[in-house]
Formats: sequence, C-alpha cells, structure tokens
Amino acid sequence: MKKTPLNQIHKNLGAKMTDFGGWEMPVEYTGIIEEHQAVRNQAGLFDVSHMGEILVRGENAAKSLQKIITNDHQKLEVGKIIYTPICRPDGGIIDDLLVYCLQEDQYLMVVNASNIEKDFNWINDHLLAKTKAENLSNKYAMLALQGPESKKILTQLTDIDLNSLDYYRFRQAKAAGIEMIISRTGYTGELGYELYFEPEAAEKIWDRLMEAGSDFGLKACGLGARDTLRLEKTYPLYGNDIDETTNPYEAGLNWTVAVDKGDFIGREKLIEIEKNCCQRKLSPFKITGRGMARHGYVVYAESKKIGEVTSGSYSPTLNESIGLAYLNKEYTEPGTEIEIKIRKRMVKAEVLKGPFV
Amino acid sequence: MSVKDGLYYSEDHEWVREEEDYLVIGVTDFAQDELGDIVFVELPEAEEEFEKNDAFGVLESVKAVSDTFIPVSGKVLEVNENLLDNPELINDDPYGDGWLIKVDPADDSELDELLSAEEYAEFIEEE
Repeated sequence: MKKTPLNQIHKNLGAKMTDFGGWEMPVEYTGIIEEHQAVRNQAGLFDVSHMGEILVRGENAAKSLQKIITNDHQKLEVGKIIYTPICRPDGGIIDDLLVYCLQEDQYLMVVNASNIEKDFNWINDHLLAKTKAENLSNKYAMLALQGPESKKILTQLTDIDLNSLDYYRFRQAKAAGIEMIISRTGYTGELGYELYFEPEAAEKIWDRLMEAGSDFGLKACGLGARDTLRLEKTYPLYGNDIDETTNPYEAGLNWTVAVDKGDFIGREKLIEIEKNCCQRKLSPFKITGRGMARHGYVVYAESKKIGEVTSGSYSPTLNESIGLAYLNKEYTEPGTEIEIKIRKRMVKAEVLKGPFV
Repeated sequence: MSVKDGLYYSEDHEWVREEEDYLVIGVTDFAQDELGDIVFVELPEAEEEFEKNDAFGVLESVKAVSDTFIPVSGKVLEVNENLLDNPELINDDPYGDGWLIKVDPADDSELDELLSAEEYAEFIEEE
C-alpha cells in the first residue's frame, strides 16, 4: 500500500487506518461523529496527500484544456480555480477535478487518487502540439484545513491576508516558511483551505497547524468524517455517485458543462443527453423508517425497482440516515415516498431537495 | 481495550454473563472500538429462538455494518430497548448499559466451549 508522508503521524495519533484506492489512509482518530462536528463548529485537519496533481503546460495548454474539460476554461485567470468533470465521447465521467491556473500557459489539475494514472494517460493522449503533461503527484503533499475557525488558524502561519482570498481562488505564498499553494477550497461545505507543498515539509506543516489550532478546537480528521461532511452537502464522490457509466446531467452537475464554449470531448453526446435529460437523476433522500442505506441498495416505489443507492450514511448534524440515489425521473420530486431494501426489510424513505445541511 | 473478568467470550467478539436464571449477551469493548460510533441497532423479538452462532442482530456504525452472532443456543427473554434510541450506549458502556439481549440457554454446557477473559485477551492480542 502507498503511504503519504504523514503515515507515521497518523499511526502515532492512534488513527484507524484503511486501504483507500491503494493508499493506507486514516479513517478516524477519535471518532467520526466527533471529527465531523469539529469541522462544522470549529476546525479539522485532513491529510489528503493521496490526491493527484497533473501539470499541463506549454503554448497550447489553454486550448488543450478547453478540449479536455467540460467546464469553460474562459472562467479561469491566474489565481483562479474551477471544478470540472472530464468526460468520454459518450458523456461518461472519467473524473471530476479542480483546475488551478498557475500561469497563462500552466495549469495544475487536482484529481482523485484512484484515477491518477487513468487521467494522466487520457490528458496526455489529448494534448495539442507544444504542450506537455507531467504527473507531479509524488511532488505534492496536500492538507485540507476546514471549518469556521480555519482562517484564524492559518493566519498565524502566513503573512498573506486571507480576508482577500475569495472562494475558488489561490495564492502561491509561504506558510511556516514553506512555499505552497494556499487555496480557498474544500470538500466539506465550510470555510476552509487546501494547501499543496513539498512532501518533505508535511510533518512540519501538520505540527505547526495543529499547534496553531490548539486554542481553536482543531482536530485531526479522517476520511470517515470527510465522507459524512461531503454527503451532508450532497457533493458527489467519484467511484460512489459518479463514474464512467454516469453523465454530468443526471449527476446534477449541469453547471459544469459549458456546451456553448466550442468543441470539447463529449460535447455532441452531452447536448443530446441534455435534451432528453434525464431518465434518472441523482437524488438526495432521508430514511423515515429505521435503518441505514448503503451503496448498492435497491430503491423501490409502488413495488417496482426505481433506482439504486450510491451513497448512504448517518448525518451527525441532523441525527438522521441520509443518502444519494439514482432514481427514475418520475420519482425525483422532493416529498416523493420511496422504499429502500435494507437486508431483508423494506424501509421507508423520502426524496428531499438537497443539500441536507 | 478492556476485557472484563468473570465473563465468557466468543471469537466473534460477544460476551456472555451468567445470571441465576438467564444469560446476558453483549459485544466486547474491542468490537465496539473496531466498529466506531454505532448509530443504529437491529435486535430480535422476545421469544425468538436461535442456534449457537446464528446472526441475531445488526450493529451499524457510521462507516460499516456488522452482524452479531449468538454465542450459545437459546430463547430471547428480553432485548435492550434503550439501544433503539441510544445506540451509543454500546460504545460508552459495552459491558453494562450497552448489553444487547437476555437469553434462556438451551444447553448450559455450551458455555464451556467459550473463551475465558484471559483467553479472549490473548485472542484479540493476535487479531
């Protein structure tokens, strides 16, 4: 199993470790619910160094990107970030990722850990002339500092004015004496930052942040809390809610497909999909009976199979069982009653309008 | 991880406490720690009968779902209804308020096949 530069720190903290896409990662330190609540109310620190970084640079970097991503590269300028899927010609989602505009001809794509090689090959195969892709995943450690107190904590380590750093913007600056990308992004729905820097500095940055956060209730947080936090905000998770068999429209990612920007991979098919959108839609639900839904559970209504659960968990904020499911379009209206087969029982649930929190 | 003296243990991480007229069954401190925050419990009905090693209930934590297996054959006398609204009792007090069911055993000699506290402590050491 691959290890992040913080592997030993996690073990010293007594984290429960798990295999996540070939990486040995912390699931929880003191408990998922406690860590989840720390992020909603104070702050949490996540090691997300397993994420991949692919640099695209060269004369035609911008044009190449425009061809590969579904969102509009024109929304970018130096210091800005966009979220976008990359799709196959049939509209299936290869990955969802962030694009950082480092310079006019340099873009950093931050991709899901399990897709690094697949993405790199895809991007590399579709670059225009005079443009290169480099897989820099081993050259970056990545931490996510998330929660309402995160700004006060990070401010102690850096000279830059974090008040001037807007959502989906980044700066290249020093924190704790280390050169890094400081990005106002995250996967929790809270105020927060993602930091990218050399792996050799990972332990130092971790320690300095934990120290700076000790007065603000900062807690080390694992992938367990990361999952419940993103689910409460109905952010899709690649491999669970979206994959190559799903398209951005049925996943509710309409705003990330810029069909008017000109040609890009998947455009023709996506225009067609949008016209008939959608036979099924990713829909938030809560369980009104007793039980918890999990990935793969079948959804019924009027004794017919009408969908499948893609994510299901407990919401620590609501103290309820929540989830996401692809449902046939007739059943996606908020308030619709559905049933989920949990082991041998049929359990009642209700379609909601997301996000949950 | 605490292992309580005077109880019987199974390799599926259940404990059994012998009372005068019945047995009390729960999951061990090791099991609750492995599962993490327990948020949902499914328990049998009173009067249900089980054979040794049958699945008799389900514990769901935030991350995972796990069956519980009965360490001895018998009939359920009572289930811990408190757990339905307060499943975290299993995390907080696995050997006390977090008990799962009370059972009328079919065959007392089955207790002899279970592990002692000392044997169970060794067993989880190796896990």
